[in-house]
Amino acid sequence: MEPFTTITSVAAPLLRINIDTDAIIPSREMKRVSKDGLADGLFAGWRYLNPASREPNPDFILNQPPYDQAKILVAGRNFGCGSSREHAVWALKEWGFRAIIAPSFGSIFQLNCIRNGLLPLIADDEIVEKIVDLVLSDPLNNPVTVDLQNRLIRMPSLEMSFEIADGDRHMLLEGLDMIALTLKAESAIEAFEQTDQASRPWAYL
Amino acid sequence: MMAAKTIIDKLWDAHRVKSMSETTDLLYVDRIFLHERTGSIALRGLEQAQRKVRRPESVFVTMDHIVDTLPGRGDRTTMPGGEAFIIATRESALKAGVTLFDIGDARQGIVHVVSPEQGIALPGLTLVCPDSHTGTIGGLGALAWGIGSTEAEHAMATQTLMVQRPRQTRVTFTGQLHPEITAKDLILHLIGCHGASGGMGHAIEFSGPAIRQLSIESRLTLCNMAVEFGAWTGLVAPDDTTFEYVAGRPYAPQGALWERAVQDWRQLATDEEAVFDRELEIDISSLRQQVTWGTSPEQVISINGSIPAADNSKDPAIREAAERAMAYMGVEAGQKLAGLEIDAAFIGSCTNARLSDLRQAAAVLKDRRVAANVKALCVPGSSAVKQAAEDEGLDKIFEQAGFEWRESGCSMCFFAGGESFGTGKRIISSTNRNFEGRQGPGARTHLASPATVAASAVLGRIGHAGDL
Ligand code: SF4
Repeated sequence: MEPFTTITSVAAPLLRINIDTDAIIPSREMKRVSKDGLADGLFAGWRYLNPASREPNPDFILNQPPYDQAKILVAGRNFGCGSSREHAVWALKEWGFRAIIAPSFGSIFQLNCIRNGLLPLIADDEIVEKIVDLVLSDPLNNPVTVDLQNRLIRMPSLEMSFEIADGDRHMLLEGLDMIALTLKAESAIEAFEQTDQASRPWAYL
Repeated sequence: MMAAKTIIDKLWDAHRVKSMSETTDLLYVDRIFLHERTGSIALRGLEQAQRKVRRPESVFVTMDHIVDTLPGRGDRTTMPGGEAFIIATRESALKAGVTLFDIGDARQGIVHVVSPEQGIALPGLTLVCPDSHTGTIGGLGALAWGIGSTEAEHAMATQTLMVQRPRQTRVTFTGQLHPEITAKDLILHLIGCHGASGGMGHAIEFSGPAIRQLSIESRLTLCNMAVEFGAWTGLVAPDDTTFEYVAGRPYAPQGALWERAVQDWRQLATDEEAVFDRELEIDISSLRQQVTWGTSPEQVISINGSIPAADNSKDPAIREAAERAMAYMGVEAGQKLAGLEIDAAFIGSCTNARLSDLRQAAAVLKDRRVAANVKALCVPGSSAVKQAAEDEGLDKIFEQAGFEWRESGCSMCFFAGGESFGTGKRIISSTNRNFEGRQGPGARTHLASPATVAASAVLGRIGHAGDL
């Protein structure tokens, strides 16, 4: 996985609450057994006037410059709730997003983000609102910088720190492969199984 | 003396392989379930990374999401490109040496219906699946949660997952449950009271006398929608009702092993002095049937209530969401839900398509007819449920009432590009999500219990059995 470095970009506000993974990538857009080719279906229900004809909906923020270049999405609370489909994360990443700022995230989505190098960044409602106000007033002169190393969000007239679990931060900064990491604990897993199988034999098929 | 523990603590501690940090543990995973939609990608990903499934005997795969539910089905499906998912899943499952409940297998069905039914899910186990409704299995007293495809690869390759310890909430339902009120009404009401992110970051134990009275199938319904409450998972401590349900299932332990297991499971209940991060109490004695009016499960009211005015709420985000929802659903503030005309009725899904659900709906439908112009569909939760229902003649009751009787699968619980009720159509549905477009572009979903769905189908408008 590609390591997360500091990013600076125009931010795209999408301030609805409870944006679910069906909305991020509708089922019908998951056409192949693949993690690729999903950006075209990102927010398809909102982005296109008619998903079949692919005619862009001019009112949708990601169809408007400069937001169409955004690497940072700012969203309402409970972003990514609903279906566990990791396709939502793959689609957002392929589109070019590297960080999402929201007051809260659906829990499966949040973990899927971290496993794929997309930073789910939690900020209070007021901070989110402030960022959005600044962005909307002048998007190009109010770029957002996300500095994961120092846990900071910076804008020309704003700076705030954010919280992220140490393990998650480390994973993102290093771009680690989780499976390889866990396989290093193989002896601990085997030891667990031995004791566990003796005390819970019915759990082992 | 040992510190008092909740059932969640006990399950967690029993599965901890290694502590990774103050907040995160490496947990052992007892069972992994996959389906053709997200599981296919996980199996493929593992293959491509040239990694092996560590314990193939702990991994099960079913076909439910994409597979057709039309009679005489094969690999062909109405979902564009769907066949490729089915074939890829089958090929990868065979190669990996895991157990597959394929199309035509008597054990095929919706993953969260199949795993308890076959005794693959048991109390006290950890179970994961790349599907958000995996918490359903908490109804047995298991620790089960939904994951992504990458996490599923991790679970298969290592038999473990790195998991952040959730906070814990106990939801206690107090008061007597009215006989016509179901687990679906309970969970919708909870979500209505505390919001779709009310359980965010938490594992929930459901407790209280009303929960003890619930059948296992009802407890599965309850836990199924913990994720719609934003929770990481939900569960109910196992008791005699649970053991009775599990005993004799194909993969359940037998003989001396069974006795030992039950002894162990009896220890799982939360200790008297254990402390939760949060306690919620809900009095259900005057609870009525619940029906959603909007596009989030939190937008729910009693069937005899009126849709609340959007500006009643102080939070602008909630107000805006309410306005959007009303526009999408074609309803207005102040309007009554009861009496709203419907175009379709759907009984199915991992929430409410088990045998007891079908029985409840059939009891309403017996000797009655679905209203003209209402398209009505019943899709049993598993092939085994379908068979059991047919054995007692429920299929005839559904068909005589004007319901279509389908093969098992997720069907129109969600829209995958194939079948849909149509744009702007109003559907009363026993499923768990009423999101925009969930049942098809522009489709308007009202969530309710199977009995309410059946009654509404007959009435041709939203209503309950008492209105018939
Ligand atoms: S029935 Fe619906 S909610 Fe349940 S697993 Fe299938 S698609 Fe998901």
